[in-house]
Amino acid sequence: MSEHPIALTINGQAYTGRIEGRLTLADYLRVNAGYTGVHVGCEQGVCGACTVIVDGRAVRSCLMLAVQADGSEVRTVESLAAPDGTLHPVQQAMRDNFGLQCGFCTPGILMTMAVLHDRKEPAGEDEMIAAMSGHICRCTGYQGIRRAIRQLTGSAEPAQEGAH
Amino acid sequence: MKPAPFDYVGATSIDDAVAQLASGDATVIAGGQTLMPLLALRMSMPLTVVDINRVADLRGVSVSDQGVRIGAMTRQADLLTDAALAGALPPLVTAVRHVGHHQTRNRGTIGGSLVFAEPAAEMPATAVALGATLELRSAGGTRNVAAETFYLGPYMTDIVPDELLVAVTFPAWPRHARTVFREVAQRPGDFALVGLVGAVEIEGGAIARAGLAWFGMGPTPMRARQAESALVGRAPGDIRASEIAELAIADTDPFDDVHATAEYRREVGRRVFAQALTAALAQEGQA
Repeated sequence: MSEHPIALTINGQAYTGRIEGRLTLADYLRVNAGYTGVHVGCEQGVCGACTVIVDGRAVRSCLMLAVQADGSEVRTVESLAAPDGTLHPVQQAMRDNFGLQCGFCTPGILMTMAVLHDRKEPAGEDEMIAAMSGHICRCTGYQGIRRAIRQLTGSAEPAQEGAH
Repeated sequence: MKPAPFDYVGATSIDDAVAQLASGDATVIAGGQTLMPLLALRMSMPLTVVDINRVADLRGVSVSDQGVRIGAMTRQADLLTDAALAGALPPLVTAVRHVGHHQTRNRGTIGGSLVFAEPAAEMPATAVALGATLELRSAGGTRNVAAETFYLGPYMTDIVPDELLVAVTFPAWPRHARTVFREVAQRPGDFALVGLVGAVEIEGGAIARAGLAWFGMGPTPMRARQAESALVGRAPGDIRASEIAELAIADTDPFDDVHATAEYRREVGRRVFAQALTAALAQEGQA
């Protein structure tokens, strides 16, 4: 069984370590680096809860080996809000629209939304909703998430907080 | 940590990867969107995992008059943003849009999808329909295999354990060729219950070439050969889509499973084929 050195950046901070080849990126982020906002649901690529941003793309961190992230820049949900607690626009939209209940799937959903919202040409409503097919939410029935996306993409008025 | 222990080897070149495969019980990891679940479930427990993600020679799309060559390690997401490919092979790009989800296309590769040989997947059927050739490399040399003969059964192909898929080459289709594509799935991103992909080329008012294949309609991609033959030489206005659909269904071998019966798949297939063919023949395009 081989051990491998890795060096990567997580949420702007440099990390180095020696890891087993079979360690998934999801487990590395949670256990080795302490980013427990990465939620591990199915561990087989179905649920999307573990989605993080690797080199600017939303990926399932359970479907990537940690050693494959060597040299990469990884962002987890912990990087979204500003240090003073100001929410990222995708977090604010989810909060305004009751886009979460138990919150287990939320970090993954937020990372997909963030990457599509923050890119040079932000995604429109249809593209963002299509990308939600990669996430399973067992609480909300998705309607709050859809409303959040409509608010985020400018196709709906911001919701009144507490209106639901 | 759910996968069983294995030795991880990061290949630095095609030759390096092929040498690793020759040395014993090794599995290639490309995008990992299929292998990682199999490792997590311990349905796959290789001694060695050979990672080809950093082999630059396995990535990229090149478009020429002869056709399109795509490196096996090219990610599905990158096929969706390649302007030259969008002009040269629209049916392929349309099909890639239906592979998995945004998040899995960001890692998943065309080569991985081609060699996994899921019978209901889009990429194998697209390769069969458009007449692609797969380039397989081993320590012993290179072998080119037509996609049509590559698929032997569900998850079974002609590739042997020490071979690596290096690239897939599609023959040229004219820019005005019409895309034929329909997929019926329970949710976006699911494997198809019934799927149809291909292209129809119209030249001088008649169909000059047709390449059509089903997915989810048998143990492998199923080429609709009888329908193709019936189309060639006919003027679009003389075609009765429902008759051609009947011929196309005759070349399928669907199965019953928890999602649908074989008879349901055939019935949906008839309708989907007729609709997709009619839509393709009505597309804008010179000829």
